[in-house]
Amino acid sequence: MFPPLVILTAVMFAGAPFMIAGALNEPTMGVVYKIFYFHVPAWFAMFSAIFTCGIASAYFLFKNNREADHLAASAAEIAVLFGLMGLVTGPLWGRKAWGVWWEWEARLTMAFLLEMIFIGYLLVRTYGGPGADKLAAALGIFGMVNVPFVYVSVNIWRTRHPKTTVVPTLGPGMRGAFWYCVAAFMLLFLVLLAIRVELQRRRARLDDLYLAQEDGAA
Amino acid sequence: MVKRLFTVCWSMFGLGAMAAAQTPAAQDGFVNVNTLPPADQVSAGPLLLAAYSFVWVVVLFYVWTVWRRLNKVETEMKALERRSAAR
Repeated sequence: MFPPLVILTAVMFAGAPFMIAGALNEPTMGVVYKIFYFHVPAWFAMFSAIFTCGIASAYFLFKNNREADHLAASAAEIAVLFGLMGLVTGPLWGRKAWGVWWEWEARLTMAFLLEMIFIGYLLVRTYGGPGADKLAAALGIFGMVNVPFVYVSVNIWRTRHPKTTVVPTLGPGMRGAFWYCVAAFMLLFLVLLAIRVELQRRRARLDDLYLAQEDGAA
Repeated sequence: MVKRLFTVCWSMFGLGAMAAAQTPAAQDGFVNVNTLPPADQVSAGPLLLAAYSFVWVVVLFYVWTVWRRLNKVETEMKALERRSAAR
C-alpha cells in the first residue's frame, strides 16, 4: 500500500506545476497569486495533521493507547512542517499583494500562535521528562480546538487576509488546479505521516529493548 | 471596587471600539497594491519561485531527517541485539 502511495504522490507533485501553469490568471494580482495553489493546500494539510494529533491525543489520554500516542507525536511534527510552509509562502505572497511581509492581524497572528503551540508540543515531548507524553497530548487537544477559530477569524474580525468565501467561489479555471494541489498535499501528508509513525514505533521498540536489558541486568 | 471595575470595563470597551474603527474593513477578494512607489514594488516572479522552492526544499529536508533518524534507530537496535546475544 505504501509504495503505490509514494508513487502516486510523486506523480501528483510532478504534475502540479503544469496544472498551476494552466490555471487562469487572476486579473488584479497577476502571477504572484499562484502561490495560492501551494499556500492554501499547505494549511489544509496542517489542519488535517492537527486534527489527527488532537484526536489521537485524546484517545491516548483516555484509553492509554500507545499507538495513538505514536500517531499524535508524528502528526504534531508534520503539522509544524506544513505550518512552516504556510507561514513562509504567505508573506512571500503578501509582500507583493499587500506591500508588507507581515501584519499582526487576526488570521496571521492566530496561525502563528497555532504553529507555536505545536512547536511547544514537540519541545514538551523532547525535554519534558517523565509524563511528557500526557502533557503533550493535552497540548495537542488544545491546539486542535484552536483550529476552527483560526479558520473563521477572517470572517469574525476585520482582517486584510481574504475571507473563507474565496475557495468555495473559485472560478472553473482555478478550481481544478486548486483541488488537484489539495489532493497532492493530502497524499503528501499521509506519506509523511506513515514514515514518521514508523520511526516513532521503532523508537518505542528500542526504548522497550533498553528497559528489558536493564531489567535483565538487574 | 465595583465602580472601579465598571470604569475599567468601559475603558476597555472604548479602546476596543477605537481599535475596531481604525482596522480596515474585511475584504472578499484579493486587493492589488499598485499605489506603492516603484522603489518599493517587487517583482512577482522571484517571490513565486521562492515560495515553490521553499516547499520542495522543506519536504526533501524533512524526508532526509526522518531517514537519518530511522537509520540511527536501526543501528542502535542492531548493536543492542548484538550485546544481548553476546551475553
